[in-house]
Amino acid sequence: MTSDSLETRTLKQASPILTLRGVVIAALVVALLALPALAKVFNSPAAVGLATQVLIYAIAAMSLNLILGYGGMVAFGHAAFFGLGGYAVGILYQHSADNTAFLGFVSGTDSLMVAVVAAMLVGALAAAAIGSLSLRTSGVPFIMITLAFAQMVFFLFVSLKAYGGDDGLMMRRRDILPFINARDDTAYYYICVGLAACWFVFTALIVRSRFGFVLSGLRQNERRMIAIGIAPYRYRLVAFIVAGAGAGLAGALMANYLRFVSPDMMHWSKSGELMMMVILGGAGTLAGPLLGAATMVLLETVLAAQTENWQLYLGCILLAIVMLTRGGLAALFNRLPGGRS
Amino acid sequence: MTASLELQGLCKRFGGLTATDNVSLSVAAGSLHALIGPNGAGKTTLINQVAGDLHPDMGKIRLGGIDIGELPAWQRVRHGLARTFQITQVLPDYTALDNVALAVQVRQGHSFRFLADARKNRDAREQAAQYLQDVGLASRSSSLVSEIGHGERKQLELAVALATRPSLLLLDEPMAGLSPLESQEMIDQLAKLIGKVTIVLVEHDMDAVFALADRISVLVYGRVVATGDGDDIRANEEVRVAYLGEGHD
Repeated sequence: MTSDSLETRTLKQASPILTLRGVVIAALVVALLALPALAKVFNSPAAVGLATQVLIYAIAAMSLNLILGYGGMVAFGHAAFFGLGGYAVGILYQHSADNTAFLGFVSGTDSLMVAVVAAMLVGALAAAAIGSLSLRTSGVPFIMITLAFAQMVFFLFVSLKAYGGDDGLMMRRRDILPFINARDDTAYYYICVGLAACWFVFTALIVRSRFGFVLSGLRQNERRMIAIGIAPYRYRLVAFIVAGAGAGLAGALMANYLRFVSPDMMHWSKSGELMMMVILGGAGTLAGPLLGAATMVLLETVLAAQTENWQLYLGCILLAIVMLTRGGLAALFNRLPGGRS
Repeated sequence: MTASLELQGLCKRFGGLTATDNVSLSVAAGSLHALIGPNGAGKTTLINQVAGDLHPDMGKIRLGGIDIGELPAWQRVRHGLARTFQITQVLPDYTALDNVALAVQVRQGHSFRFLADARKNRDAREQAAQYLQDVGLASRSSSLVSEIGHGERKQLELAVALATRPSLLLLDEPMAGLSPLESQEMIDQLAKLIGKVTIVLVEHDMDAVFALADRISVLVYGRVVATGDGDDIRANEEVRVAYLGEGHD
C-alpha cells in the first residue's frame, strides 16, 4: 500500500489554491451543498436520498479506512459495528414507542442526538471486545476471526425475536432533533453532510497526529516499531475502537434514513462492500472512501435499474477500476495537476 | 549513558538444533564487544534473544543489573536497549527524517495524541535532523526511504537506534552489503560511539572487528569457544580451525 503517501504529500505540497485539483475539490463541496436545490430544478427528488446513502456509506468506509488503509488491519467484519449502530437506534426507538425499557432499565428514546451517541458507544464497545481478541492475531487468521465475530453478531440478531429477528425492526418515524426537522429529507441530507464532514476532518487530524504516525508506521513495518519501543497491540486496539464508533455512527444514520434495521446490515457481504469501497476509492487516502462509496452506490443504482444481472456488470467495472487505477480512484485524482506528481 | 550487559547460561533450541548452547557473556559498560563466528553459528539468534524478539529456553539477561529477560521487546527499549537488523527494517513510505523523528517521538512519551500534527513537533524534528547529520545522512533527510540505497538504509537504522538514546546498542552486521567506502564510513561512525554507549557488534568484516572491538567472542554451533581481545583471538588455535582458517567470508 505505497499509495499511502498522503502524510508525505502534505509536507511537499506547495499548495497553490488555484490548481485544477483545488478547483475539483471546491466544485465537489459546492455540488454537495447545492445538491437538494439542483435536484429540485432537475425534478429528480430521488437524488437527495441517493446522496444521503452515499454520505452514510462514506462515513462507514472512512472508519474502515482508518484501520484497513492506514493501520493495515484487514478487518472483514466491519458491518457488525454498522449493524449494531443501526440496532441501537432501532431498539431505542421501539422502547420509546412502547414506553418500555431495554433490559428493564434503559429507557428508550427518539432523540436523534442521544440515539447517535448511543450507537457510537455501542460500536466502540463492540469493537473493544472484538478487537481485543482478534488483534492478538494478524494476517489471514485476523481476517477470519473478525469475520467469525461479525457472523456471531449477525446470527445473534437473526435469532433475536424480540427485535424482529430475521425480519428486522421498523421505525414508524425518524428520530427527532431540537430546532431541526430531521424528518424532512433535505434537512436530513444536510445533517449527514455535516456529520460526514466532521468525520472526514477527524480522520484527517488523526492520521497526521502522533497517533496516526505510529499507526501508519505499524502498517509499514511492525518490527521496526517494536524496535523503537512501541507496543503494537494497544495502538491498533485504539484505532479499531475509533473505527467501530465511526461505523456505529454510520449505522445509526442509515437506520434513521431507511427507518428500518435488519440483520442484513451486518451480513458479511456488507463487510465486503465496505472493504470494496475503501479499496476502490483508494486505501490509505483521505478522499478514497468518499469516492469509493459514491461510485459503489451510484453504480449499483444505475445498473440495477438496467438489468437483473447488475452484479455481473458491477463486478467487471470494479475489477477494471482497481486494475487500471492502481491505488484506487484517489490515485487518479492525485495525478491531476496540483497534486503530487 | 552506558550499561553493562550480562548473559548467563542462555539456551535456545529449534527442534533438534541447538542454536544457543549455554552462552554466558559479560560486556563491560561502554565497551565494544564483537561476536564473530561462521554462518549459522547462532549470532543473530543470540542478538534476537537479547533484544526480546526470541524467548530463550533457559538463562538470564541483565542490562545494567536489571533482569530484562522476561520483558517484551518494546519494553526493553525503554530500559535502554536499541538494535539494528541484518536485513534493514525501516518505514518505506516515510522520509528518512520521519523515520528518525518517530523514534524521538516515542522516546518523548506515549503517542496517544490525536489532534496536533506530528510533523509540527519541532523539538523531535530538530533532534532527528541532528541524528541524521551525525550518521552522515543529512542530505537525504527528505527522501522517501523506499527510494534510498542499501548503504543509506544501514546508516538510517543506526540513526534511528541512536535516536532512542540507548545505553546498549546491538548491531547485527552493520557493514553487510556496503561498499568498501561505505564500510569505512560506518567504521568511523562506530568508532565515535565507543565509550558513549555499550555496543555488541555482530560482523563478518574482520578488519572492522579487529579495528573496533575491545573484546571479541567467537561463536561456533551456538557455543562461545573463545573470548578475549584481538590478539588472543588471532592466536587461539580453536578459533583458527573453526573460523579464521576458512578465510574472511
